[in-house]
Amino acid sequence: MLSLSGFGGQIFAGTLTTIELSILSLIVSFAIGLLGATAKLSKNRVLNIIGTIYTTLIRGIPDLVLMLLIFYSLQIWLNDFTDWLGDVQSYVDIEQINLDPFTSGVITLGFIYGAYFTETFRGAFMAVPRGQLEAAKSFGMKPGKIFRRILFPQMMRYALPGLANNWQVILKATALVYLIGLTDVIKACQNAGEATFRTFFFFCIAGLLYLAMTTVSNGILMLLERKYAVGVRRAVL
Amino acid sequence: MIYIIQNYWQPLLYSDGYEMTGLAMTLWLLVISCAIGFCLAIPLAIARNARNPAIWGPVWLYTFIFRGTPLLVQLLIIYTGIYSLDFVRHSPPLNDFFRQGINCTILAFALNTGAYTTEIFAGAIRDTNFGEVDAGRSLGMSQITLYRRIIIPGALRRALPVYSNEVILMLHSTTLAFTATVPDILKVTKDAYSATYDPFDAFGVAAILYLCISFTLIFTFRKAEQHFLAFLKP
Repeated sequence: MLSLSGFGGQIFAGTLTTIELSILSLIVSFAIGLLGATAKLSKNRVLNIIGTIYTTLIRGIPDLVLMLLIFYSLQIWLNDFTDWLGDVQSYVDIEQINLDPFTSGVITLGFIYGAYFTETFRGAFMAVPRGQLEAAKSFGMKPGKIFRRILFPQMMRYALPGLANNWQVILKATALVYLIGLTDVIKACQNAGEATFRTFFFFCIAGLLYLAMTTVSNGILMLLERKYAVGVRRAVL
Repeated sequence: MIYIIQNYWQPLLYSDGYEMTGLAMTLWLLVISCAIGFCLAIPLAIARNARNPAIWGPVWLYTFIFRGTPLLVQLLIIYTGIYSLDFVRHSPPLNDFFRQGINCTILAFALNTGAYTTEIFAGAIRDTNFGEVDAGRSLGMSQITLYRRIIIPGALRRALPVYSNEVILMLHSTTLAFTATVPDILKVTKDAYSATYDPFDAFGVAAILYLCISFTLIFTFRKAEQHFLAFLKP
């Protein structure tokens, strides 16, 4: 009853795809989030407006709609772009660039959750005491060094609870990529279920795998939170 | 985009001639699942804060499972999975219930938002000031009166900002309904996309509609916060 009927390998591969996808999208959205937060906090009006439009629009539109929008449009834009390049430089033979669901999944998830990370980082940047930055400046540190040595390590402590939340959301959002045709855990479990007529059992396996992933990452995030909270004195009641 | 709006405005907004579709369907899904989730969450949130592990344990398990798995998986289990079980197909009432995509969708959405709402309300109940409870007890309130008059109203007020987030996330989650063949906004725009092969315009229309609903919700909740949390104003 509880055997995987030989679908264990496929399901394992699907789980790995899901984990890879979520970690890569985490990295992309982390980077976009840092850029976005810097843009929203900068003194440049144009950057401010771009950052605000980005976060407001992306957070107002459901992620699935955005994903379908970007996934299908990205390919058309790329085709138009390669066509245009081909017209401009007819001597260069440019092949059509095909986006596979995995890459576009990473790009779209990263782009969407970048907006949520932007807001998390913005709040965290603002929570770092001003004096810290002024002290760093008075020591003659360059902006890059201030960011690396002072701002980032302290900001992370404030950002971690938000990041932990976002990570859980990303992990669960990777399930949506199944709808644009990626062979992830859900697809593997669906195949197995349809082949063996035990859909219920195999979808429950998918659920359990997700549950395991969220639980394990919860534990890791708690450890990280402890690491970044080193040197913070808590009130003892 | 004009073409899509001209040809699909009716199914996009309320009906395709046979049943409720589009915006009306999305709003109905949102309202009914949030309402069921809300009614589910209040007793569960009280149970979540009980001292007896036999009471809070099952509630914890429920929220743990439903918050730890993606809504899509829950929907697939309820819509495809349960219907594949033999005993469901052989019992007429269950068969009737689970054969309808909309029933499964509402069930999955309500259970999902119920789990998140339970944790939100449980947190708010936990944050109740001990002075309020002491004051209520000193007035001779029974446990039920205490909850009805003091703890629940205060907790709901405090939970409002977080709950508004949850409702907006629920709006975003309703887009999954098309996987269970429910004709919501996204389903109609997917049809429009299949007819025109113009993804940007088709999904763009959906995006604009969802954006409008999101902003309306945000505005309404801001007004509600101003009303219900007026005593917190500086």
